[in-house]
Amino acid sequence: MSATATRIATSAVTATAAPRRRRFRHGYGRPLLEVAMIPITIAYLFPLYIMVSMSFKTTSEIASSTVAPPQSLFLGNYETAWVSAGLGRAMLNSLLITAVSITIAVLIGAMAAFAIVRGNRRTSTWKLMLFLLGLMIPGQLGMVPLYILMRDAGLLQTHASLIIFYVGSLMPMTVFLYTGFLKTQSPTYEEAAKIDGAGWWKAFFHVVFPLLRPVTGTVIIVNTINTWNDFLTPLLYLAGTENRTLPVAVFSFQGEFASEWGLIFAGMMIAALPVLIVYFFLQRHVIQGFAGGLKG
Amino acid sequence: MSTALAERVSAASGPQAPSRAGRPGGAARRRRLAPQWFLAPALLFYAIVVLYPSVAGGYYAFTDWAGGAEANFIGLDNFREMLDDQAAVASLRNTLLIAVSLTVVQSGLGLLLALALNSAIRARNLLRTLFFAPMMMPPVIVGLLWQYIYTPGGPLDTALGALGLGGLIQSWLGSSDIALWSIIASVIWHHVGMSMVIFLAGLQGIPWELYEAAALDGAGKLRQFLSVTWPLLGQAITIATALTMTSSLKLFDQVFVMTGGGPGVSTQTLSLIMYREAFVYGEYGYGSAIALVLTMIVAFIVFLQMSITRRGEVDA
Repeated sequence: MSATATRIATSAVTATAAPRRRRFRHGYGRPLLEVAMIPITIAYLFPLYIMVSMSFKTTSEIASSTVAPPQSLFLGNYETAWVSAGLGRAMLNSLLITAVSITIAVLIGAMAAFAIVRGNRRTSTWKLMLFLLGLMIPGQLGMVPLYILMRDAGLLQTHASLIIFYVGSLMPMTVFLYTGFLKTQSPTYEEAAKIDGAGWWKAFFHVVFPLLRPVTGTVIIVNTINTWNDFLTPLLYLAGTENRTLPVAVFSFQGEFASEWGLIFAGMMIAALPVLIVYFFLQRHVIQGFAGGLKG
Repeated sequence: MSTALAERVSAASGPQAPSRAGRPGGAARRRRLAPQWFLAPALLFYAIVVLYPSVAGGYYAFTDWAGGAEANFIGLDNFREMLDDQAAVASLRNTLLIAVSLTVVQSGLGLLLALALNSAIRARNLLRTLFFAPMMMPPVIVGLLWQYIYTPGGPLDTALGALGLGGLIQSWLGSSDIALWSIIASVIWHHVGMSMVIFLAGLQGIPWELYEAAALDGAGKLRQFLSVTWPLLGQAITIATALTMTSSLKLFDQVFVMTGGGPGVSTQTLSLIMYREAFVYGEYGYGSAIALVLTMIVAFIVFLQMSITRRGEVDA
């Protein structure tokens, strides 16, 4: 903290006055700001309104106005998107790939952090740096070699190719979050477990992993959203197959159903809603996860 | 690492142990709390997916590999070719333009939103939730949504007309002068919540007493912002701008969906032509060279940003 800040802080201690605080917080600027936020919020929500309203509109309603709200809650677009256009299958693919990738990433990421933080201390910084390097390298650099690797291994067009890709590419963020948290924890419990004769696995599953629970929540939230919403790699590995994920399937709508915008919008809603619903239930955790995850 | 070796290592660094105050032998014991092979699975996946491909990609950048059996080392030829490639030059210019303007505008708007929603206004929690919500949407879906919003006679034109601003109507994605800015606007809509959230966390970390003291000393709102908020936000500014800059350098999904790089080459980006050269034309060597240029820019920006913003920071 700078000298000025310290001086201000010291003077604050000597001059705190509760009524002042209230007046300060509810200054005269507040109603003005509230009024100003109304048009800003409406403009910001306009695209979301378009997305929701379009998905419930019939083709003729869309033709007459792109902005007017739907006359009724027409569900035909959703039915076609889900059944005929095969989004049900795409949803299953997305769920499977995301769930398996995140489970493996959480498990081996926590193990790695355990080894880095509680292992040989002299090399721990280097090991961590090796993983953090991955946060800086754009995925584009390794895109061709990895594609060739997957092709030669016969994994293209399979769920496995994407699961391997996600587990590997999620490692830097996962290890970063886990090591950051584990460093702040005292090793007392692990030492006790060791003295009691617990093996590595026992110590990890019964002591370390439960200890990491708060940050596991963050790891799951941040990784799940990034995996579920990913587009380029699933496009490369799975496009044109039954195994494609939701974003790829909805993208291909554009070509398959040229100007049937009602149908395309229903597909967009189906792809975006699962994460949005979870978000509105866990909003505080999600926002803290994203903000806190970055600061480490 | 074998147990014997681990013991030898811990014995070798023995003299350091007593410095671990009040915990005799603690360091040696702690060293054996986790086995090194616990690192193996993570390292294996990371090496297969990130480390090996990145190194190999860096090598291919100097070859003429086009998918066949032969990959000849051709030195810097790929990079010389980029200089003569109109699409590559345009994509480099566009990528830098996108990165700089997105970082400035999105961080600025994010800070204004954070300041507004950090005050005691009504519904501030609801507004925070709403402004962050688009961050949850797949970028490709946001691209499709905005592509529709920008269609001639579509929602944006209709809304502008209804507001009496019909004169502003443009060919949003069809004009090579406007298309890049239309895409940038849609990305700001998508990501401004992220900047807002980082700044909110920064603002909430500033002790309330500082404002009170500043107010007592007669500082107005602006003076308080300049003398208290701004210097203490240093950390948040570093994070928010570095994150926006590096992610916008890699921008792909939205551009791919909305314009595919057009009209002409007016919205081509490095990641877009890298994808096209490598996976549409099969020019693996040339595509990897473009990816290497992108990597160098990202690395440069990361180091530049760290050294510049760190200097102006106050350790809070």
